[in-house]
Amino acid sequence: MVGLQGYLVVSAILFGIGAFGFMARRNAILMLISIELMLNSVNLSLVAFNAYIPAAHNAGAVFALIVMAVAAAEATVGLALVIAIIRTRQTPEVDEYHDLKE
Amino acid sequence: MLAIGVVGGGLAVVTLRNVIHSAIAMMICFGALAGMYALLGAPIIAAAQVLIYLGAISVLILFAIMLTQAGDANLPAPFHRQAPIALLIALVVVALVSWAAVTTNWHASADAVRVVVETLANALFTTYALPFEIIGFLILAAIIGAIFIARRPEEDERAG
Repeated sequence: MVGLQGYLVVSAILFGIGAFGFMARRNAILMLISIELMLNSVNLSLVAFNAYIPAAHNAGAVFALIVMAVAAAEATVGLALVIAIIRTRQTPEVDEYHDLKE
Repeated sequence: MLAIGVVGGGLAVVTLRNVIHSAIAMMICFGALAGMYALLGAPIIAAAQVLIYLGAISVLILFAIMLTQAGDANLPAPFHRQAPIALLIALVVVALVSWAAVTTNWHASADAVRVVVETLANALFTTYALPFEIIGFLILAAIIGAIFIARRPEEDERAG
């Protein structure tokens, strides 16, 4: 089981955990953390492909670095949005944000 | 062993009630992932993981939690009503992706190939120079956007 497929299965499990956390948790910051988990699982699969498939020519490692940079940008903007929303609504629980519905 | 750290840390992130504990579990998960990158022969990715995720994003998230949490006296229920459906969907996704990963013939080599930092840097600045420039611009836009969004309205008026 160790080898490329083992890493891919771990990556799939981590992605599932992140997707579950994003859909099920009520806290806005935890939803952002779950997005980070999903991005990390994709990074793990990219690095695993890069390591075990020689024809990749380092593309996986370069993509992993780019995904990290984009994830950092996403976390910055996402946390700024969450803090701005929490400042006006006084709660981090996402199901109490219903202004757009009214 | 590292896989246990990754999966256990991830599970702790989504199940713990206290958000601070979730953030600590996230740091454990990211640390174990850095170890996996080193094991896969990509120490430069492991170093970037430690710097960006363990160093920057974790601290950013901890700051956001400490700025926003009112106190942990009465923690609300952590999950939505749709949690069972979410669990079902996540399990289906895991099962499908794992099945695809295990049954496909990837033509993989038996051992992990090490990433040579010099060739990686050459690829990043020659073949992938355009994506590199684009993410630089994206990060600049993200910084400006974050400052603009997180600014308090009264500072606007003071600035004129």
